[in-house]
Amino acid sequence: MGYKAHFRVWRGDTDGGGLHDFTVEVNEGEVVLDVIHRLQATQAPDLAVRWNCKAGKCGSCSAEINGRPRLLCMTRMSVFAEDEVVTVTPMRTFPVVRDLVTDVSFNYTKAREVPAFSPPKDLKPGEYRMRQVDVERSQEFRKCIECFLCQNTCHVVRDHEDNKESFSGPRFLMRISELEMHPLDSLEENTGVDRTATAKTQHGLGFCNITKCCTEVCPEHIKITDNALIPLKERVADRSYDPLMRLFRRADKD
Amino acid sequence: MSVGTTAPGRAQISSRTLRTDRWWVQPVVTVAVLVAFIIYATIRAFWNGDYYAAPYLSPFYSPCLATNCVPGTGEVHIVGGWWALSPALLVLIFPLGFRLTCYYYRKAYYRGFWASPPACAVAEPHGKYTGERRVPLVLNNAHRYFFYIGLIFNVILSYDAILAFRNAEGAWGHAGVGTLVLVANAVLLWLYSLSCHSCRHVIGGRLTHFSKHPVRYRAWTLVSKLNTRHMLFAWASLFGVALADLYVALVASGTIADLSFF
Repeated sequence: MGYKAHFRVWRGDTDGGGLHDFTVEVNEGEVVLDVIHRLQATQAPDLAVRWNCKAGKCGSCSAEINGRPRLLCMTRMSVFAEDEVVTVTPMRTFPVVRDLVTDVSFNYTKAREVPAFSPPKDLKPGEYRMRQVDVERSQEFRKCIECFLCQNTCHVVRDHEDNKESFSGPRFLMRISELEMHPLDSLEENTGVDRTATAKTQHGLGFCNITKCCTEVCPEHIKITDNALIPLKERVADRSYDPLMRLFRRADKD
Repeated sequence: MSVGTTAPGRAQISSRTLRTDRWWVQPVVTVAVLVAFIIYATIRAFWNGDYYAAPYLSPFYSPCLATNCVPGTGEVHIVGGWWALSPALLVLIFPLGFRLTCYYYRKAYYRGFWASPPACAVAEPHGKYTGERRVPLVLNNAHRYFFYIGLIFNVILSYDAILAFRNAEGAWGHAGVGTLVLVANAVLLWLYSLSCHSCRHVIGGRLTHFSKHPVRYRAWTLVSKLNTRHMLFAWASLFGVALADLYVALVASGTIADLSFF
């Protein structure tokens, strides 16, 4: 059975904006993105919203629903009471373009700062051989759909704009962790660049205080904190804060 | 100076958060429980009494290393007669350090006590944030050393639990409620320590090729399973150690009598 829902949607751009009230029809089985599309079709044809797959796999429709970072397409209307006001805003960590669309180029800048996978020099494409047991840890991180909800919710940059320059955020620290754990990555042998050392010096791992918000909001349920960030912090501790491990690291690395 | 979510260019929304759920419950409960534990532990640490009711020794006072320990609590007295304070103060710094630097408790106290952040997508009240890059918070990187010391404490507290199978006269074959309490305390402390993130790293997490180390990989897999419940074990062991001390204190002071099974 359908009902009329009370929506509050942020509308505006860099010059300003505010929350606008709408009463809109909701049908059984719908998600928030369906309702936003109905608003576009019936009441606000110029409402800007970024979306693509409607299946939680493209990472386009990231926004905040009742203050919580969520994918619009993966948030069922059935989780709200029929008389509940549903507030939809753009992600609050990134510059707004218009309405629900934000400029997420901060993330692409940070992505480019992480050196790509670097295979051993004596291997050509097609010759890579890995045991499943060695590679499966980093495969969890490949589930990332780059919705940037973790980047959005991380208080290090959300609440402190001035940290954006020196902190890459959970998504890209997870990328470093993924490559650091990769059995064939040979960046250090090839170029002398130690990924773990750069996580501390260039990507600001020390800013992370492991409050796990990135893990809480991940729509792919990747255990970002437990499986990527804390292991990376422990590897940093091996190199920088543990005098015994500085002596034995080579012997206990493979 | 940070300007939070109202930084130029972002969507202009004045509210600190638009969350409508009771996001404040978790940090409030965390603070309340931890403060209650800190008050209780501080009182008991300075109490210097009612910590031994043969054969039960309170975990707050184990190992009892000073010569002013009551007879029966141990033979190894590293600290001489010059120590006039409670012997608990000599040892509690180590479990305290283990919990202070624990990855789970860090989340709990950063959220609960420092509101950094109080909850996800709720703006923190601080103008500046430097994370764990400076003293004192950078010292949290010493967690693994507290983990190593914690293992020694676990061995000692397990030994205490085994000794609780003797009666007050030292004859084996006894078990009472106190025995169960000390055994439960030791088991919970082992679960908390073995589920620790540093343990997970040391046991195998730092390796790149698990296939070259099948035994360590197996151990890492087991620790990883425990690790998913680290928060549960952190709280359970905290309650466990406090209740074990409380039980011993009640028996030692004569408030209650230990119920003996055999």
